[in-house]
Amino acid sequence: MTTGMVIGRRLAYLIPLVVFGILAVYFAWGLNPNRDPRALPSVMIDQPVPEFALPPIEGMEGPGLSAADLRTGEVTLVNFFASWCVPCRLEHRFLIELAMQDKVRLFGINYKNKPEEARDWLAKLGNPYGRIGADTTGRVGIDWGVYGLPETFIIDRDGRIRYRRAGQIDQQTLDETIRPLIRELSQ
Amino acid sequence: MIPEIGHFALVLALAVALVQGSVPIIGAARGRTAWMDVARPAALLQLALISIAFLALMWAYVVSDFTVLNVVRNSHTAKPLLYKISGVWGNHEGSMVLWVLILAAFGAAVAVFGGNLPPALRARVLSVQAWIAIGFLAFSLLTSNPFERIFPAPLNGRDLNPLLQDPGLAFHPPMLYAGYVGFSMAFSFAIAALIEGRVDPAWARWVRPWTLVAWCFLTAGITLGSWWAYYELGWGGWWFWDPVENASFMPWLMGTALLHSAIVVEKRDALKAWTILLAILTFSLSLIGTFIVRSGLLTSVHAFATDPERGLFILLLLCLTIGGSLILFAVRAPAVQAGGLFAPVSREGALVLNNLLLVVACGTVFLGTLYPLFLEAATGDKISVGPPFYNKTFVPIMVPLIAVMAVGPFLAWKRADLAGVLSRLKFAFAAAVLAALGAVALEGGPVLAVLAMGLAAWLFVGTLAEWAGRIKLFRAPLGDSLRRARGLPRSAHGMTLAHAGLAIAMAGMTAAASWKVESVQTMQPGDSVELAGYTYRLDRVDQVQGPNYTSDMGQVTISREGRQIAQLTPEKRLYPVQQMPTTEAGIHTTGLADLYVVVGDPDDAGGWTVRIFHEPLVPWIWAGVLLMVLGGIVSLSDRRFRLGAPARRAKAPAGATAARA
Repeated sequence: MTTGMVIGRRLAYLIPLVVFGILAVYFAWGLNPNRDPRALPSVMIDQPVPEFALPPIEGMEGPGLSAADLRTGEVTLVNFFASWCVPCRLEHRFLIELAMQDKVRLFGINYKNKPEEARDWLAKLGNPYGRIGADTTGRVGIDWGVYGLPETFIIDRDGRIRYRRAGQIDQQTLDETIRPLIRELSQ
Repeated sequence: MIPEIGHFALVLALAVALVQGSVPIIGAARGRTAWMDVARPAALLQLALISIAFLALMWAYVVSDFTVLNVVRNSHTAKPLLYKISGVWGNHEGSMVLWVLILAAFGAAVAVFGGNLPPALRARVLSVQAWIAIGFLAFSLLTSNPFERIFPAPLNGRDLNPLLQDPGLAFHPPMLYAGYVGFSMAFSFAIAALIEGRVDPAWARWVRPWTLVAWCFLTAGITLGSWWAYYELGWGGWWFWDPVENASFMPWLMGTALLHSAIVVEKRDALKAWTILLAILTFSLSLIGTFIVRSGLLTSVHAFATDPERGLFILLLLCLTIGGSLILFAVRAPAVQAGGLFAPVSREGALVLNNLLLVVACGTVFLGTLYPLFLEAATGDKISVGPPFYNKTFVPIMVPLIAVMAVGPFLAWKRADLAGVLSRLKFAFAAAVLAALGAVALEGGPVLAVLAMGLAAWLFVGTLAEWAGRIKLFRAPLGDSLRRARGLPRSAHGMTLAHAGLAIAMAGMTAAASWKVESVQTMQPGDSVELAGYTYRLDRVDQVQGPNYTSDMGQVTISREGRQIAQLTPEKRLYPVQQMPTTEAGIHTTGLADLYVVVGDPDDAGGWTVRIFHEPLVPWIWAGVLLMVLGGIVSLSDRRFRLGAPARRAKAPAGATAARA
């Protein structure tokens, strides 16, 4: 065996170590405390709300919802919901709490829902929304980057999206994220 | 008081581990017998102390001591006793105590049964075992203390996650951990061998049975988990390629490779450095498997609570254990002498192929599991890797593995006659063709599924043919064959059982993946649905009160051609403390298929969402795996393993071991 072969053989035994070293770097990166593997990134953060104008849910009183309604200098919560969405039902009580107790301005976008079912749902569970736009085709949802219901956005006074929650709101998110942020933006 | 005793015992165990991790190994280096002899009592003392800690925690759960934070978070007075006990390991902190308990038990087993090991090797093995214990006791005490108190004590606890309140899952973690931790034995032996610079057949004779013990537990543990997912989650599936499932599957694949390469070391004194590497990697994957989810590195449906500080500690431990052992490997392994030579077509050659395929298969699972992390680090994109990836990568690797698996046991050591062996497999080939044709006739496709059914038959008949050949079944008089079967080593019977079991399980997995039928509909009580030749009638749905839950219990009658076959009671339970619903599927098995019913939500008109699955051959998966574990146990009962010495010298060492034990 030549010296080169001996060195080559010895180097081969280093391969597992090198592979593990590379892995360890990735692991170290992955442990970054600011990284939440569950968070879904949104390109919409800090962007102005996309232009849209939606009619009200068919057969319901009220004005519908458009982008201009979100630029009136008030902090607003926008919630995408539908009667067919089970987690929406679970988070509904938190929305009612926000609208009734906290007096937060809450607008809804009814996403790909049959009007009669949406009306039934709101009649039964209560309607916390100041305005509701009916996005029957899902077009506005695409512009907002929605890919699953429910999703909730917080819009600041200038009409920019400051926060996005993909998935159901729970007590913890409400207390630890949503309420403090609304308080901060309202000051 | 009792929780403090437990806490104190855990601290003492750490102190004992520090002694066990240093004194014996220094003694082994300097040739001091008295120092080496510290290892055995230390290992036993460690087991005693950790047992005290574990029992103290269990006590706190059983009496619902809500001054202990861990009990508050995971227990409730209304919970049945079984789940109060299983609640001990149903959470991060408690499961760590179970982890170190099992580690100590394996260490104590070396101390008790290791009478015939060379004293220096035994001392080193026990010291390495203690290093692992030091790391994880420190982790437990510093970041995850299970005995932390809470003041003021709440009136009741927050209950255990209802999904975990299930008999299958009560025993899943202990089995799984016994498997993970059991691989620490192979690891400690590998490190000790690297330190000594010597690997011989006696070493392999020790490593093999311990690896086999771990493998049996891990196989049973994974299957219990899979079985639980099957009947409890109500999705009608039994494997989802979820990161946590993969984390347990990777050490299984690597451990299976290790099991086979250790045979080559034992019989032929070859593949030594490779076997050591496999031993290190198997345990490394067990560690990664235990911690990948707890550190918050990846997300999964069954994630533990995560905490970045804890994650950093884990990473440090992984680097020390895995990095340290791989450095040792890189430095010392080149010096390990290569052993016997062999031709490519030989038993050794087949086992090398087995090893390569299993390791590559493990690599694909590893890549699939960690790819989301790699991609996010590189580009910031978030993706998840699902079944389509594994179907395209993992399954094709299994095809040659199974094909060779039927041939391998026929091959002679060193050099084999392939043509002669293949001629002995003609029945297996005929069976494969028949099974494939049968699959086409019954189901018509897809191609891959037909191929897989043929392969399963090939493996099953090939395995039986090898066994029949050994005992000259049908070639010699029956009495003669029976005598031969009795004379055959138990490990040979074990291999036959395990390989045949895999063939059966594989047929089950293929059929379940390819020919499952499902039907989802809203049913009013009295409605009937037809699926795969069976009629399902929803008779009624009742409200039932359980000990700590309420339940909507459906009653479904299944009949075929007018004849009643079974009555099922699928349930949808609500656990009020955690406000969490669970599904209890109703399953009737015919042996050839599972008839599987799940009740969902009610609608306003008095109807219920009912999901019905016809799951062909799923019972074969469980039966096949059971046979594999049984094969492992039969192998373990082989006298060569029990004695850890060649059969010839059986009498004397047996008495000696017993006396010393």
